[in-house]
Amino acid sequence: MPEQPNDQEGAIAGTGAGGAMDLGASEAETLEKTPYGPEGTGPAGKPRSLWSDAWRDLRRNPVFIISGLIILFLVFISLWPSAITWESPLQCDLAKAQEGSQPGHPFGFDGQGCDVYTRTVYGARTSVAVGVLATLGVGLFGSALGGLAGFFGGGWDSLLSRLTDIFFAIPVVLGGLVLLSVVTSNTIWPVIGFMVLLGWPQISRIARGSVITAKQNDYVHAASALGAGHSRILLRHIAPNAVAPVIVVATIALGTYIALEATLSYLGVGLKPPRVSWGIDISAASPYVRNAPHALLWPSGALAVTVLAFIMLGDAVRDALDPKLR
Amino acid sequence: MLLEVRDLQVEFHTRDGVAKAVNGVNYSVDAGETLAVLGESGSGKSVTAQAIMGILDIPPGKITGGEILFQGEDLLKMKEDERRKVRGAGMAMIFQDALSSLNPVLSVGDQLGEMFVVHRGMSRKDARAKAVELMDRVRIPAAAERVRQYPHQFSGGMRQRIMIAMALALEPALIIADEPTTALDVTVQAQVMDLLAELQREYNMGLILITHDLGVVADVADRIAVMYAGRIVETAPVHDIYKAPAHPYTRGLLDSIPRLDHKGLELYAIKGLPPNLMDIPPGCAFHPRCPMAQDVCRTDVPPLYEVSETRGSACHFWRECLDG
Amino acid sequence: MGRYVVRRLLQMIPVFIGATLLIFLMVNVMGDPIAGLCGDRQCDPATAAQLKKEFGLDKPVWQQYVTYMGNVFTGDFGTAFNGQPVTELMASAFPVTIRLTIVAILFEIVIGITLGVVTGLHRGRPVDTGVLLATLVVISVPTFVTGLLLQLLLGVQWGWIKPSVSPEAPFNELIVPGLVLASVSLAYVTRLTRTSIAENKRADYVRTAVAKGLPRHRVVTRHLLRNSLIPVVTFIGTDIGALMGGAIVTERIFNIHGVGYQLYQGILRQNTQTVVGFVTVLVLVFLVANLLVDLLYAVLDPRIRYA
Repeated sequence: MPEQPNDQEGAIAGTGAGGAMDLGASEAETLEKTPYGPEGTGPAGKPRSLWSDAWRDLRRNPVFIISGLIILFLVFISLWPSAITWESPLQCDLAKAQEGSQPGHPFGFDGQGCDVYTRTVYGARTSVAVGVLATLGVGLFGSALGGLAGFFGGGWDSLLSRLTDIFFAIPVVLGGLVLLSVVTSNTIWPVIGFMVLLGWPQISRIARGSVITAKQNDYVHAASALGAGHSRILLRHIAPNAVAPVIVVATIALGTYIALEATLSYLGVGLKPPRVSWGIDISAASPYVRNAPHALLWPSGALAVTVLAFIMLGDAVRDALDPKLR
Repeated sequence: MLLEVRDLQVEFHTRDGVAKAVNGVNYSVDAGETLAVLGESGSGKSVTAQAIMGILDIPPGKITGGEILFQGEDLLKMKEDERRKVRGAGMAMIFQDALSSLNPVLSVGDQLGEMFVVHRGMSRKDARAKAVELMDRVRIPAAAERVRQYPHQFSGGMRQRIMIAMALALEPALIIADEPTTALDVTVQAQVMDLLAELQREYNMGLILITHDLGVVADVADRIAVMYAGRIVETAPVHDIYKAPAHPYTRGLLDSIPRLDHKGLELYAIKGLPPNLMDIPPGCAFHPRCPMAQDVCRTDVPPLYEVSETRGSACHFWRECLDG
Repeated sequence: MGRYVVRRLLQMIPVFIGATLLIFLMVNVMGDPIAGLCGDRQCDPATAAQLKKEFGLDKPVWQQYVTYMGNVFTGDFGTAFNGQPVTELMASAFPVTIRLTIVAILFEIVIGITLGVVTGLHRGRPVDTGVLLATLVVISVPTFVTGLLLQLLLGVQWGWIKPSVSPEAPFNELIVPGLVLASVSLAYVTRLTRTSIAENKRADYVRTAVAKGLPRHRVVTRHLLRNSLIPVVTFIGTDIGALMGGAIVTERIFNIHGVGYQLYQGILRQNTQTVVGFVTVLVLVFLVANLLVDLLYAVLDPRIRYA
């Protein structure tokens, strides 16, 4: 009976084990199914690993190149926003409120008379910081818990499974509203903490699944028969093969964390002014959208492109790492 | 002639290039006759069969030349709708893996009855009765009850019987069986093969039996066509071939059968690998693996020489081969 | 089958307790559970102590939780900030959100599955690439941005819809909000259907169906779709709970007085009973929807039914 018939990531979970698969066999050679199985009839080549194969694929994938360039640009402007701006995001002039585009202010002004261009550029820093840090936290915490549970099995494993079930039952935005509405500290840390708290089960489930798959490989049995210790088996034999699905899901999740931060800020519980975040700006712009749609559209566009870039990157990486899709 | 394949050519267009899966195949089958098509994987035997049935994946597959005459009509010139009516009613196919070839979410009764509903316009109830009849015919016990069951509830042998029943449903003139017993236990293989041969005699059908198993061939086939790299390399009545093959590849296949009287000797294996279909060797495609290869084999493609009225061999040195 | 249902029901219990306890704890950390009970003003200390005793708030948290759950099972969800019983708020809010969710699910089924089937059957063609790109964009744009943009375009610029929904929230006013709520899931349904169709299209049993001489539409609907839609149906089923819980953003944008709206008010006014009550029901909806999906899965796939 299915414990989790709807597992969207299920398709990814089984990809970690294909390290040494012969990916060179062309379609025509597998046309006929015979009990001999696929013979090595392809052109002889040196054995390739999943990773070097994936990298070769990625370099040729325009989706990867475009999303990679966007992300590099985002990282650059979050580190040095002043490189392409000439004002402070907090320097506002009420007299210019809601004015449109003009020289030196290409995106116009928002309802407080702040420069929309400057604020949009500075907003990247918040988004990238929240996205990266939350992903790191969720990734490390989730894969450690899930990986250990998958490796050792038994009571801890079932406890963890129940625990993930419990966290899955709580709607994310709702949990954020409840938890963050009491927080008074206006920094990115509570937001990140909340994401780690509610996000780890997703990664832990993936990590658990791929560790269990990797554990069943013959070479792991062999290593264990040769007397390798737990930590050696886990770190040297299982982790490298189980990490691919986690990376894929984490990359896509990074995009959704950025969207979640903006959503929470929009609802008024994430970051609050005077901090600069696209969510805050979109929320602030929505009441007077009739007069100054540009104040809503620019940060919305920036947010959408950022999330899109990370999701596209994750998609490209998954396609490259999933031998079944070749 | 029931079926005649003339100079059939099939290509596959893949990311890495064009694979020539079938390169001018000729063969024919008469009513009541069993033709065994032999060959390694990649020899084009299944692709030829799929082209005859009209179930090639197009793209990547593409029929680039030839004719397939079925009861005198060229199937390749038919409209898709006429072609569809031939499938199932005129000719039917039995696949290797019955478990994956049957729809897992429909009862076997529904899947058998569907033939009658679609081709004969029967009501579902009549079709269900026909399905039970068919299951009886292929000797599935308690057919009336089991007709409601799903494929995974049957054993491998029983599932293959259902595949056979489905192929027989509309009493087609031709059946193509693609490795019908390979996926089964050895003990069940003989039963299923016997059933198939018996039903073929009963209905006087033509049968194309695709296999790599020479043991099966000897018992049921009338004639053999051996394929290599998308070509027929030898065709002959079954007993002639076993007595004296006229092609070194056929000889290699025969020699690689384990035999009791050769106990203790090393088992023969044809050296080398089957050719890459994207880059078939010039001349005779078999020459890199052939123990008898001469210079002419590397340059000239051998035609199908007439060995006798009923035999052909695509080897420049078929005489030497015949003499052993 | 009966035993399976019982086992699943038993498995639901710890998850239900865990999730509600978690929310209960969060809300208790959140703040002043008696806020609002003295009207708009702050309660004076004596009254506050009195009220706390009356509601059992001086007891340890776990005891409060047990008492609360006991009350819930007798149908008493407590009192909202304005003195109304929480159950009354629910009676007015849930029908609205349920209507909104129905609209969203219909969009997922009709548009999502149709697009998924079309793209799955024509993989690699321009229509496939186009739709795939569109789903990526839809997934990437956060719901609140999609909502605000649609409201701006359809409501403000073109005047096709009213920018905010009336308190009665009839179906016809919920079409655009429903689309917004469904948007991300709709894109997922499209992609999931597409993948599933494309995978199953190459399955052996589809080849058999073609070899049987079935017309193309019959091959697609009876053989291909039937199998491909199993994962899609389960996704849509589990999405019901997520949609109702996620409706808070959509309801805020279009000013819909549903579950999200009431919850938002409850959180703003720090009213424990409203928040815990609504979340408890949402968790229950989520769990029941998951259970139904598992049963539906067994109905759709005989391999599981008889396992």
